[in-house]
Amino acid sequence: MSTTLDTVRTRVASPLRSYTDGRPVVEACGATVREVLADLDRRYPGMRFRMIDEQDRVRTHIRLYVDTAPVESLDHRVERGQTLHLICALSGG
Amino acid sequence: MPKHTTLWVGTRKGMFALRADARRRAWKLVGPQFLGHVIHHVVQDPREPRVVLAAAKTGHLGPTVFRSTDRGRTWTEARRPPAFRKANEGETLRAVDAVFWLTAGHASERGTWYAGTSPAGLFRSDDGGETWEPVAGFNDHPMHATWIQGPGSPIGQLLHSVRIDPRDARHLYLGVSSGGVFESTDGGGDWRPLNAGCAADFLPDPDPQYGHDTHCLDVHPTHPDRLYQQNHCGIYRLDRPGERWTRIGAGMPRRVGDIGFPIVLHPTDPDRAWVFPMDGTSVWPRTSPEGKPAVYTTADGGRTWRRLDRGLPRKQGWLTVLRQAMCADGDVKKLGLYFGTTSGEIWASRNEGQSWACVARHLPQVFSVTAGV
Repeated sequence: MSTTLDTVRTRVASPLRSYTDGRPVVEACGATVREVLADLDRRYPGMRFRMIDEQDRVRTHIRLYVDTAPVESLDHRVERGQTLHLICALSGG
Repeated sequence: MPKHTTLWVGTRKGMFALRADARRRAWKLVGPQFLGHVIHHVVQDPREPRVVLAAAKTGHLGPTVFRSTDRGRTWTEARRPPAFRKANEGETLRAVDAVFWLTAGHASERGTWYAGTSPAGLFRSDDGGETWEPVAGFNDHPMHATWIQGPGSPIGQLLHSVRIDPRDARHLYLGVSSGGVFESTDGGGDWRPLNAGCAADFLPDPDPQYGHDTHCLDVHPTHPDRLYQQNHCGIYRLDRPGERWTRIGAGMPRRVGDIGFPIVLHPTDPDRAWVFPMDGTSVWPRTSPEGKPAVYTTADGGRTWRRLDRGLPRKQGWLTVLRQAMCADGDVKKLGLYFGTTSGEIWASRNEGQSWACVARHLPQVFSVTAGV
């Protein structure tokens, strides 16, 4: 657990905005992607499981980026001023 | 006779409801709700009809369950949807990809529900679908990985047809594609295969204990020692305490065969059932044989079958009806029967299948049709 919980800007893809009352950008706290996602789930219950499975793997059609860097691990660090992008990648017709 | 009939329709792109008054002549299509969501199953609670559960996911987002406590007007998401337990080191990582099946629990267990998933997992809720727990007796059974192998259906292994003996809440059956039929007599703590007599012609062993492709299993609600099964190889019946299924599809016309997905039972007469045959020849088109869709019915426990196709397309009707997409309503005097097609039509019969009318078309691919009030 981090000692300084930085506020991170989070861009929310449209399929997830039912959780954020339609807002495309929300704030959450955490020093890692894992912590930010946990905080998002506290603020918007149920949101995390739609993106991350029960084995902590990012779901097939979800992509996470911190600014422009792809997130390879939920322990990817985030800092104040950075943006976490929650992207819904292509999933067919 | 019920005052109203509601058909809950789950489709690849959302949920719909069809509502009719007691005469069931005019149907009103309501919806869509959850437009764009993959809705595999919608089930109204027979114990508490204001409660309706829907199994949902989207192309992008993971699986969940939505709950309504006002007959489908408003919905909230389950607080803890079905999910496997966290894997221990060295174990295969299992994650629910889709909630495929929902069953309301025993009449004596208000608030209890079961869910079947892909990959094959069994989950239970004791609070009306708000939170779900894995049924460890099945999901972690030492034989689970042996019983359930291979890719299963095009969307993976499917656990479905969770059935509860109305005399005993602890007596459970379920079906797996592919894996077969399994039975528990202790509320899901332990399970055993129940497949003797069923063909599995895609396996090298001519009489395996498990590995069958059960498409749809049902237990008769008023004569629960009678089970019916439509599977990948034919139609079967089992009369308990017997242990060996009898193939009852042999009386179907040879050019039609006895392969299909759904089987529907009469609510009070254990000898009556309806199926929707599909073409399981050569490369398995899984459409109506010869493009001539028909329901077949038996009134003698499967010894003989009768074709019911009045009102259905006479030719060039290449319909497919999936396992959850055919049902009966609760009118025991003049049973209503319904099915939905992968081409987005809903067909209804007010006279036990004697004649059919299309009551909705141009819907997305229909995954499930269930009757409620």
